[in-house]
Amino acid sequence: MSLAAAASTTSTGEAVQFWILAVVAVAGALGAVLMKKAVHSALSLAGTMIVLAVFYLANGAYFLGIVQIVVYTGAIMMLFLFVVMLVGVTAADSLKETIRGQRWLAGLCALGFGVLLMAGIANASLRDFNGLGQANSGGNVQGLAALIFTKYVFAFEITGALLITAAVGAMVLTHRERTERAATQRERSTARVRGAHLPPLPAPGVYARHNAVDVPGLLPDGTTSELSVNATLRARGQVRDVSGDALADLAALEQRSEKWLERREDRSHSQGGAQ
Amino acid sequence: MENLIGLLVLVPLLGAGVLLCGGRRLDSSAPWIGTLLAALSFVIGAVLFAGMLGRDGEDRELGTTVFSWVPVGDFRADVGFQLDQLSMTFVLLITGVGSLIHLYSIGYMAHDERRRRFFGYLNLFLAAMLLLVVADNYLLLYVGWEGVGLASYLLIGFWQHKPSAATAAKKAFLVNRVGDVGLSIAIMLMFTTFGTFAFGPVLEGADRAGEGKLTAIGLVLLLAACGKSAQVPLQSWLGDAMEGPTPVSALIHAATMVTAGVYLITRSGAIFDGAPDAQTAVVTVGAVTLLFGAIVGCAKDDIKKALAGSTMSQIGYMILAAGLGPIGYAFAIMHLVTHGFFKAGLFLGAGSVMHGMNDEVDMRRYGGLRSYMPVTFVTFGLGYLAIIGFPGLSGFFSKDKIIEAAFAKGGTEGWILGGTALLGAAITAYYMTRVMILTFFGEKRWQPDAAGEPPHPHESPRTMTVPMIVLAFGSVFAGGLFSLNDAFLNWLEPVTGHAEGHSPVTAVQVTAATMVVLFVGVALAWAQYGRAPVPVTAPRGNVLVRAARRDLLQDDVNHIVLVRGGEHLTRSLVYLDHTVVDGVVNGTAASVGGLSGRMRRLQNGFARSYAVSMFGGAAVLVAATLLMRAV
Amino acid sequence: MNPVNYLYLAALLFTIGAAGVLIRRNAIVIFMCIELMLNACNLAFVTFSRMHGNLDGQIIAFFTMVVAAAEVVIGLAIIVTIFRSRHSASVDDAGLLKL
Repeated sequence: MSLAAAASTTSTGEAVQFWILAVVAVAGALGAVLMKKAVHSALSLAGTMIVLAVFYLANGAYFLGIVQIVVYTGAIMMLFLFVVMLVGVTAADSLKETIRGQRWLAGLCALGFGVLLMAGIANASLRDFNGLGQANSGGNVQGLAALIFTKYVFAFEITGALLITAAVGAMVLTHRERTERAATQRERSTARVRGAHLPPLPAPGVYARHNAVDVPGLLPDGTTSELSVNATLRARGQVRDVSGDALADLAALEQRSEKWLERREDRSHSQGGAQ
Repeated sequence: MENLIGLLVLVPLLGAGVLLCGGRRLDSSAPWIGTLLAALSFVIGAVLFAGMLGRDGEDRELGTTVFSWVPVGDFRADVGFQLDQLSMTFVLLITGVGSLIHLYSIGYMAHDERRRRFFGYLNLFLAAMLLLVVADNYLLLYVGWEGVGLASYLLIGFWQHKPSAATAAKKAFLVNRVGDVGLSIAIMLMFTTFGTFAFGPVLEGADRAGEGKLTAIGLVLLLAACGKSAQVPLQSWLGDAMEGPTPVSALIHAATMVTAGVYLITRSGAIFDGAPDAQTAVVTVGAVTLLFGAIVGCAKDDIKKALAGSTMSQIGYMILAAGLGPIGYAFAIMHLVTHGFFKAGLFLGAGSVMHGMNDEVDMRRYGGLRSYMPVTFVTFGLGYLAIIGFPGLSGFFSKDKIIEAAFAKGGTEGWILGGTALLGAAITAYYMTRVMILTFFGEKRWQPDAAGEPPHPHESPRTMTVPMIVLAFGSVFAGGLFSLNDAFLNWLEPVTGHAEGHSPVTAVQVTAATMVVLFVGVALAWAQYGRAPVPVTAPRGNVLVRAARRDLLQDDVNHIVLVRGGEHLTRSLVYLDHTVVDGVVNGTAASVGGLSGRMRRLQNGFARSYAVSMFGGAAVLVAATLLMRAV
Repeated sequence: MNPVNYLYLAALLFTIGAAGVLIRRNAIVIFMCIELMLNACNLAFVTFSRMHGNLDGQIIAFFTMVVAAAEVVIGLAIIVTIFRSRHSASVDDAGLLKL
């Protein structure tokens, strides 16, 4: 393999890796865009990012490849998942478009943009690849560090300021001012002892086929206890009443068996009539 | 001496102010105060006249600038007076006839509750008319011009409780306004042409201005004259103006104000001399009105309206003469003065007759009054003889000269104008004889008035008869006096100039012809009204008679041409306004609104829509970049 | 294989991410699509770095990651705040540009 050829082509192994992982990356990207549930989108995106990390490594960006996995996939995507959980993990988006013409316009713009971008890349003379062999000779991390703390030191400092600002901003945005006075310990204990429920609240129901926090427990008289379900779930209306399921099943069974018996009787009766 | 000119105007103005603002305690003395002040201004005029006679012909003009009225930069408008022979003639006519009519009004208006106001208006008229004739520039003349218009309006509508009088006043005012616009345009044109509107510079500079400009100024001046002097086509107001009290008709609508147009044309003679086309227009207007008024006068049964038609016709003579240029100016003014005498006398006589006949105006209900009102009969008769041009009386001299001058115009034009004037003289003889016979001769056709009261004709009081007698003297002798040694001609010559035309007919021939047509006219009238009995209600008559009774359809023409035309114009303008102007405005608004409505859709608040446009823009940018690189 | 294919892949991913931003309503998903676009850029930068034979492209990608991290923090905070007041994470619901 000559030097010029090395500059413009890659090894066969990298080519195979690219063609396989590129498909995965595109599939992940499409999944992120098209999945109905935000959780699925986030997971697809995480997959794409891991693939990208591999591509970084393949391109000689070892430090970035690791950072991609640690920071992006590990931190940022987890942050996303966290917010998704906070907002409601079960909520599935409707993919039905509500703005007239939006999807067509978006598709058209994306197609045009993509075609133009690729045409631009194809049009540019990007035949010669120098490779990073020389740049990475002293180690990739050392090379980056040298650049960051010399050529890009101001940008680096400003980035630090940006991160602090972002941290403060996030706190300011999500912080809620307390509107009423916080209850003191005395008040809380008074409320506990003098309140409606001295003993602990009833536990959620435990049934033969159901054992979850959204299933209310049964009181001695057979009715369900709302108190046994978490207040948040109650507020969301996600209380699942399964107390009547068993009885309903039994009733259905009895009805079916009755019908079966009737049919048998009819058959024997008709046989007797024929005689 | 110069200060007296200002006083001349101030005295009646003072009278108007005192009488109009004086309140009721002046009610009883008002007639005498008004008359006294009018007489005083006549005395001042006479003093000035005497002073003027004491000087030579060229030095007779007096001039004085009272104060600077509108001094703005180079623009100067002064209140200045100028008293030359022409103005003097008018001053004497106005104050003389005016005083007599004031005197007459004392008797005529004796029973009117608002006579204080009446005399105040009369004094106001005198002041305005005097201002008109002694002003030394066109702007001040315009003030007087508007002032007489106002006084005329107030006096025609004096009996404002009568809707007809109120309407007539409004009509006179509006028609006059058309003429006034002409005068104001003339003044503006003068200012742009000559840089001033004082008589002196304008008239001296006239021969240096282009003929086109002079023609334009002349035509708008003619329009002004037509409005004020009731000439065709602005003649329609004069007949209705007879709704005013008879002394008003005599003073304003016969003797003085309506002749202001003749004054204007004579005064602006230099302009017309430089504009032959404008002169042709003037003589045409004069000739047409001459016949028009005469024909209308023949058909009217209302004595005042018949006289109004006559006035129109006689002023037509004057305008015709004035349009002839230097050959005619002096005769126009001479006829104006004599006409002032006899027409005022005739109107006063008519007023006297009405006074005795329970305010009946229909001549068909008069008859045989000569023995009941001897003084009125005699004075009216002398006025009648004067107007038809009976030899030796005033009208004979003045009208004859005009007819002569018309022939002297020369060429076909001269023949046409002279023939028209002669025909007019014949018709004049006819309709005046008709008035005379219907009123004073024949059997009594008196009818009881609306209250069932039969009339008791009687002679009028002394205050009324004295002015009539004085005016009758004027009617008889003024013409002869003026013609003695061409006295009037020589008197006016420094102002108007004089030229002898080359008449194709001699003066004797003209006089003979006039006599013939005079006789024919009188004979015709006598044959129709003197011999045959006169029906009390007018027969229907043929088409011409009916048209003449309707003032030769002038109101109908005005209605169709101006009112209907105006309505159509307005309607089409409104249509234009609604479709084109509103269409443009509304269309602009609607298109902006529609565009906004559509643009608003873009601002739907959906961040994703904004993102699409942003992304589309990015795509376009990429495309542009690629294109630029490719080129 | 020519390494320029990485650039094509980056362009494709970027376009997919952009389309996702435009067609999804859920603010969180939109945010993830933006991250996808940023990552596509990063891939391009890394590829350019390899092409030019120096590390400047990687530095830019590094800064992009840092800025993206800051952006995610703020963006998610905003989403949480909106969700608190509207009980919805749909960007269309915030069409009035006020809470």
